[in-house]
Amino acid sequence: MAKTPVTFTLNGADAATFADPGQNLLDCLRRGVGDLSPKYGCGQGTCGTCTVLIDGQPHLSCLVLAETVQDRSVETAGGMANGPDLHALQTAFMEGFAAQCGYCTSGMLMAAKALLDQNPSPTRGEVIDAISGNLCRCTGYEPIVDAILSASRAPRATERSA
Amino acid sequence: MPVEFRKDLFADERDDNLAEIGKPHIRQDILGHVTGRTPFYDDHLFDGLLHMRCLRSPHHHARIRSVDASAAEIAPGVVRVIRPSDVPVNMNTLLSLLNFGRDDEPLLSPDKVAYKGEPVLAVLATSERAARDAVAQVRVDWEVLPHVLDVEEALRPEAPVVNETYPGNAFDYHEKYDHQKLRFGDVTAALVQADHVVEGEYQMSPIEQAPMETCGAIAAPETNDRFVCYTSTQALFFSLGTAAKQTGLASSRLHFIGGTVGGGFGGKVDSHHEPLAILGALLSGRPVKYQWDRAEEMQVGAPRGGERWRLKDGVMNDGRIIARELTGFFDAGAYTRLSSYAVQKSTGHLPGPYTIPNVASNVYCVYTNRTPSTAMRGFGITGVDFAIECHMDKVAEAVGMDPIELRILNAYRDGDMKAHRRVAKNCALIESCQVAAQKSGWSLSSDALAASSMRDGGIGWRGQIPETMIDEDGRIGDRKRIWATPEPTAASGPHRAVAAGTANEHPATGAAPQRDDMIIEAERLGFKVSEDAPGSEAQSVPEPRSAATPHEPARRHVNGGPSLPPAARPTTHSAPAVPVAARPAQPAPTSIADDAKPSDPPPTVAPADQPIEPGSRPPRRPGASRFISGSRGRR
Amino acid sequence: MRRASRRSVAIWGWVMFEVVTTDTLVQAAQAMSDRSRFMGGGTLIMRQVNYGDQRFNRIVRCSEDLREIRVDGSRIVIGSGVTMANILASRELEFLAPAARAVGGPAVRNMATVGGNLMAHHPYGDVAVALLALDGQVTMADGATRPLADYLATRQGLVRSVSIVRPDRDALRFRKVSRVKPKGVSVMSMAAHLPRAMGRLSNVAIAYGAMADTAIRVPAVERALEGASLDKAGIAPALAAATDGLSPPDDALASSWYRREVAPVHLSRLLLGEAA
Repeated sequence: MAKTPVTFTLNGADAATFADPGQNLLDCLRRGVGDLSPKYGCGQGTCGTCTVLIDGQPHLSCLVLAETVQDRSVETAGGMANGPDLHALQTAFMEGFAAQCGYCTSGMLMAAKALLDQNPSPTRGEVIDAISGNLCRCTGYEPIVDAILSASRAPRATERSA
Repeated sequence: MPVEFRKDLFADERDDNLAEIGKPHIRQDILGHVTGRTPFYDDHLFDGLLHMRCLRSPHHHARIRSVDASAAEIAPGVVRVIRPSDVPVNMNTLLSLLNFGRDDEPLLSPDKVAYKGEPVLAVLATSERAARDAVAQVRVDWEVLPHVLDVEEALRPEAPVVNETYPGNAFDYHEKYDHQKLRFGDVTAALVQADHVVEGEYQMSPIEQAPMETCGAIAAPETNDRFVCYTSTQALFFSLGTAAKQTGLASSRLHFIGGTVGGGFGGKVDSHHEPLAILGALLSGRPVKYQWDRAEEMQVGAPRGGERWRLKDGVMNDGRIIARELTGFFDAGAYTRLSSYAVQKSTGHLPGPYTIPNVASNVYCVYTNRTPSTAMRGFGITGVDFAIECHMDKVAEAVGMDPIELRILNAYRDGDMKAHRRVAKNCALIESCQVAAQKSGWSLSSDALAASSMRDGGIGWRGQIPETMIDEDGRIGDRKRIWATPEPTAASGPHRAVAAGTANEHPATGAAPQRDDMIIEAERLGFKVSEDAPGSEAQSVPEPRSAATPHEPARRHVNGGPSLPPAARPTTHSAPAVPVAARPAQPAPTSIADDAKPSDPPPTVAPADQPIEPGSRPPRRPGASRFISGSRGRR
Repeated sequence: MRRASRRSVAIWGWVMFEVVTTDTLVQAAQAMSDRSRFMGGGTLIMRQVNYGDQRFNRIVRCSEDLREIRVDGSRIVIGSGVTMANILASRELEFLAPAARAVGGPAVRNMATVGGNLMAHHPYGDVAVALLALDGQVTMADGATRPLADYLATRQGLVRSVSIVRPDRDALRFRKVSRVKPKGVSVMSMAAHLPRAMGRLSNVAIAYGAMADTAIRVPAVERALEGASLDKAGIAPALAAATDGLSPPDDALASSWYRREVAPVHLSRLLLGEAA
């Protein structure tokens, strides 16, 4: 089987693998590179569990042709922490009970990080829009939105929803 | 929103001085979740992993004339095609592990399919795409059969037979009736006395659990002659037992690893992935992944079943409900899964949280050519509660009464006798109504505000089992001969009365283990040994043995009949007038009822012993440590 | 220097599966065949690849930058590679923002392109509805141009760009009706271009999405609005004609009957600028 070599940056480090023709980035990250943090939820761009950042922008890795990330920068939830130091979003998710089964969490964190990287003080509405492509079935949207706000620099960060 | 503990209403409900309970904690597994390191079943990498895909029925109902997989077998990347004949024990029903129901569902269907998406064969290939391409090469000659998608149409004599194990298209209860009966008092007489008769019909569509992680399993040979199986299951030991049964492997050779479930909600108990993945690993000698894609999860994944309920209430002018008749239809889809149990759960829940002196219900577990249904968050309860609470509003309107006050008037109170012959305790509906009314600014009368769950319950008739009219209508197979309306009060055969009685606490019983290697130490687990249990007397009933039950095909890997722990024996009736509250679900001989003296309790009056909902905490058993169930299953 | 095309090939099943990447759109158009699909942002094609679609075994891509946004007199040209996120970031395309924002979540908007939106099957393709209401004209890979409505009827050939009218301020109204907010699939979408002359509507264009197999113009409604005033009485004839000649699709989101029943309600709200 003819494979295409792909080299890219994964969470700041060089990564290289061989992609099958038609292989999606999710499968390439998980099986080719061994970063298991993005999850398979639908394979059709509906659920957001596979969300990663490509050049800082959120993408659905199940819909990205793996070979197209050549020379680009990919970020996943697995690379958010700096050693033992958690990202503010991770801490906020932990403290705010913003994860139950944990399956949507990697994608949620990536969608939230993309928002806060560009807009450190979002409104509640902007947070809701930012995670609108990410489904959670344990019905945790409110704590997730609260956690993202509390990790942001928005003035109402500590305000809890009613 | 913070939980509000109403000590003003229930002062003794919880000790506030506990070290852990009631104190906020950060989940112990959440660090893994937020760092993306929680290992779900698919987060285990194997060299040489094979991917399994199934060929599925495009029809609701069809006979399989022939299957030609020759092109798939030689397709690039294909390692093995798995056919129905490759499955050591192809027929199963999930609750056979509890000796409840007959094996009715093939893992891979050899002769016919009864729902759209039913698997017919499986392909193992080196990549998911190769497996998909090979499945697309399989040719099946289908003979499309008439199908039935509605529960009541399925019960008609002329309906196509969905599930050959139950040719009447309804599950067999107690080897006697085609529905689960509940009889309490005399509904027919009470409906005549009532000032108003209020009828209603309610139904609920199937609901897909739609977990974020689709169902799946990875199985791989281990070096110690075992197979490891990473699975998304919510019911690890159901899956283990089912996989052992269907693969013919001793459960001691199966190493199951679960505990991280990417959302389940009941949809991950059916244990189809594990036996197929293990079988794939057994046949290929390689690691095998069987994972549903999202389309399969939605189409094939068993949902909460659809339900239809008809209610007929006899109500007095002052709002007292003196009779409630219910007829329920559970849509099991093509195979039983957990629907048989859902029916019993619902029956145990009737007539809702209300003290009604006359209750009768017939509830049918019906087979249709729809996706088999299974567990989902309170299944068996939510549907009928929806019906009951809609109906309560209708009753309130009929008698011109405030709907909340109607509920308070009729609510269970501590000490009341419930229709399934258990005494109500820890009741809180009245207080819940009062608090809800207060918080929503709804004014209640002083009587309603003064009511309490802890007063006036169990007095006089409220604490008694009334004289109960029973009938023998709806025996298995009747409907195929004569179409009979399935409402309880429409019973046409002879009625007879069962004397009134009082409550009794019965020792809990366990089910017989299915295989020798599943025999558990009853004492250690805290099962009450019924032989010595107070109130139980000498057995005249033959001991049920799982290997001796009449409908047990192809248990060929079982070596000899397993011996039964004493706890699994049925209890006998301690007093003539006491209804049977706990019996083993399947094996009790029908002669009990047939030979019963008129004063004997009918075995069909009360719901049979309810199996434990997989994934949930088992009920507290007498004699069991209350911490046994609490110490496990943390996730 | 890049080669004219880069290929990666694999054997899957009976057929070779391959990805062909060309330098130009013209080369890509030449590389197309019956069993090929052109991939832009990937949101449509990768979904089919992931599900093992047996109708094609070849993906064609091109490296040419198709993301131009260029004002051309009274019109504006939008490259087929322009993403929804690009539209949202563009000052010139501010009037299209409501339609672009109606597509997916942020991740999908980073990937999904205008060209892909023209190819999206029911019930997707909300932006195409707005483009249709703005007299969309497509330019193909070879430079030929044709009306967008004609292109949607066949979807043959690769689109280089779409040219649309630049509406006057507030003259374009767009509404997507969905059951889930903020991200939901269309029960229907509607776009209305409402130019006015002397206080009366003139050259009105109305387009619907999810009311037929593709985005469509609604001539009966357009005729009824010509010369009308935008008030309850003025739009009444248009509402009466809201679904003339249409047989909307049945799907899991809404039945054909439901779509027909509610279309006049949503059209009324759109025309009167009322909240959804």
